[in-house]
Amino acid sequence: MDALSQIFTLSLLTQTVRISVPYALAALGATISELGGVVNIGIEGIILTGAFCSVLGNYYSGNPWVGIAAGVAGGVAVALIHAVVSIKFRANQIISGLAINILAVGATKFFLKFFFHSSSNSGRISAFSKWDIPLISKIPLFGDLLSNPLILLAIFLVAAAYVFVYKTVFGLRLRAVGENPECADTLGINVFLTRYAAVLISGALAALGGVWLAYDQHQFTDGMSGGRGYIALTAMIFGKWNPLLAALAALFFGFAEAAQIQLQTMGLDIPVQFIQMIPYLLTIIVLAGTFSKAASPSADGVPYEKE
Amino acid sequence: MTSLTSDEPLIIHMSDKETFEIELRGMSKKFGGLYANRDATLSVKKGEIHALVGENGAGKTTLMKLLYGMYRPDGGEMLLRSKQVRFDSPAGAIAARIGMVHQHFMLVKTLTVAENVVLGQEIVKAGIFLDSSLAEAETALLIKKFNLALDPKALAANLSVGEQQRLEILKILYRKADILILDEPTAVLTPQETAGLFAILKSLRDEGKTIVLITHKLKEVISISDSVTVMRQGRTVGSVKTAGTSESQLAQLMVGRPVVFEVGKKPLPAGELETRPAVLEISGLKARSTKGHYALDGFELVVKKGEIFGIAGVEGNGQSELIEIITGLKKPQAGTMKLNGELLGLANASPRLLFDKGVAHIPEDRHKRGLVLDYSVADNLVLGRHREKTFSRPALINFDAINDFAGKMTTAFNIQPQRFELPARSLSGGNQQKVVVAREFSRQPKLLIASQPTRGVDVGAIEFIHKKIIEARDAGCAVLLLSAELSEIMSLSDRIGVIYRGRVAGIFSSGEATEEQLGLLMMSGAEKRLKA
Repeated sequence: MDALSQIFTLSLLTQTVRISVPYALAALGATISELGGVVNIGIEGIILTGAFCSVLGNYYSGNPWVGIAAGVAGGVAVALIHAVVSIKFRANQIISGLAINILAVGATKFFLKFFFHSSSNSGRISAFSKWDIPLISKIPLFGDLLSNPLILLAIFLVAAAYVFVYKTVFGLRLRAVGENPECADTLGINVFLTRYAAVLISGALAALGGVWLAYDQHQFTDGMSGGRGYIALTAMIFGKWNPLLAALAALFFGFAEAAQIQLQTMGLDIPVQFIQMIPYLLTIIVLAGTFSKAASPSADGVPYEKE
Repeated sequence: MTSLTSDEPLIIHMSDKETFEIELRGMSKKFGGLYANRDATLSVKKGEIHALVGENGAGKTTLMKLLYGMYRPDGGEMLLRSKQVRFDSPAGAIAARIGMVHQHFMLVKTLTVAENVVLGQEIVKAGIFLDSSLAEAETALLIKKFNLALDPKALAANLSVGEQQRLEILKILYRKADILILDEPTAVLTPQETAGLFAILKSLRDEGKTIVLITHKLKEVISISDSVTVMRQGRTVGSVKTAGTSESQLAQLMVGRPVVFEVGKKPLPAGELETRPAVLEISGLKARSTKGHYALDGFELVVKKGEIFGIAGVEGNGQSELIEIITGLKKPQAGTMKLNGELLGLANASPRLLFDKGVAHIPEDRHKRGLVLDYSVADNLVLGRHREKTFSRPALINFDAINDFAGKMTTAFNIQPQRFELPARSLSGGNQQKVVVAREFSRQPKLLIASQPTRGVDVGAIEFIHKKIIEARDAGCAVLLLSAELSEIMSLSDRIGVIYRGRVAGIFSSGEATEEQLGLLMMSGAEKRLKA
């Protein structure tokens, strides 16, 4: 009982939200891309690229907003590579995604050295000044967190992604293209353009996840995406390709990680390495439990070829 | 049968003054080096139902896909309402008020009926949002007007085949099409659903819509169409008024030679069936489908030596599971199976064991389970028998024996081209099927499971395969026949069982059941759901 009350502290909750944001943003991106029929495991690399580009933009302009724009632009550029390779050239989407992940690791390493003369981290960047929104910043526990413009943007994006997918004309076409592209084509919907849009949007969202990581630590560190893209893909599957559920799944994984960190500080007689495994074990268990039941879009990962 | 020996195109010229809704002249389309359409010509009058008939691969669908903008022609001209047109995509054809129902339905299963209807031409509010309530209202209005009996809010995935087809028609009507092209619309329908579809088509025609009906079922052509165009090997070989023609004349045009409709089958002597030994006895069979429900729920069946037992039923009522169990591909949850009186432990009955016990299988999907497409015809002919002494030396394949065998088989089963070293992939559908049939029959099976044995096969090959099945039966083989073509079941079977929701809903002797009776049993559930 005592241990439990030690784990469930107030900071655990804010910590959960903090950790979940990049998962959630990347999961939204992955969901939108796959709903359109393009598997995007490259979001891991996009997160990393987004983080690096935002730091670069922020560092040289001194403006966090310019950093965000740069991060998103970097993510979209990388997503465009994946889009061209998998939509236009109909390459295997998993291979393309893997290549992007490897490319991102190498490219960020190179440019880190080039711009910051370090192989481990960038210089420090300025963060957002707190937004003192009346009422919201007074909310107990979360007031501080909610004064961060990025988190407000993230919350807005979760809601917007849901509305976008299920309530807009584009969302309807997106789902049609991922489910039965041939049908969409016969109805005069441009399958290729729709898929390009989906992949680019996914790039922008995943890049924002990277921006969050970098801003949270006020710098870029080498390989800072640390497998978050893969966890985001798990959240997407766990959330059954529904943006809202995917964001909730991201929150769940964020909680697991926050709890793991909390456990480490308690000085339990368990090797730290085992505690660190908890989120990943959870991922495997969740995947094994839901994968067979979760129905992915029918044409997910299948390149479309006009006859 | 009328004697019509000429092979020349038969065109009954219609009066020159007549104006046509659709005129296709000299249409050509090549895939690779092969002509799918060659100088094909079609004239359709406004407000008529025009049947486009021909064997599989005659180029009917290609010709209509040219008209619908899905393919671009390599030659020829298209006139619509006396104006020359050219479509680069279906969007252009849709704008010209042409609609097409494809043989394989083009529906998004995860969307509702209304969403499928408006997809591509959505009703928008506030610039980007979908107006779902208006879409549903408009869909409901169309459903009522054309009597299509659908629920706008139902998920497409939950619709029966007949309902899916009506949804396809609804999609076209929403786009204000006045030319409707339907590709083999009755291939998957029960007789009752077919009658319902035809009633809808007739009322649409009476509203002034022009309908092109692609089919290979001549009975339907006679019963519903106003005029007919026949295609063979990519060309149009004749165009006639339906009133002035007959099934046999059309068949002859389709194939290029007289066709025998009757399968030469001797009926079993009355009362003799009871005295014959049972080859296959199944009782209390229960099996879950991949979706989890009981696809077979207390299935009982006895097939006797030397009889053809036909199973009629709408797809998805347990047929696939039944075949998979009999061939050892699936383990049932309960039930017993006896083969020639020997009780088989179904839990351990591997495909190999059943194969060795003389169960042969013509699978419904020859690409999935019948052939290794990249293997040669010869290798495919001994697939599964490669381990027999005849075809193997210790640890090595005896290619001489295999080639010798393949040579005999390609001749005996008239597999064209007669070059067994070619990959199976390079053969036409009919010849691929003959490879499967040759392999399975050459084993002299005790029990033959023939599932959709003539699906996607031309008339000539159908005749041949039917003859072979009857020969096997006359030689004492028990045949279990499953087919979506009710006419095939009815003409070949000695007894017919109707499968419905994993049970046998009724058993008839040959000639005892009418198509209507069978159809009613096949879809008693579907009918109820419609009315609900």
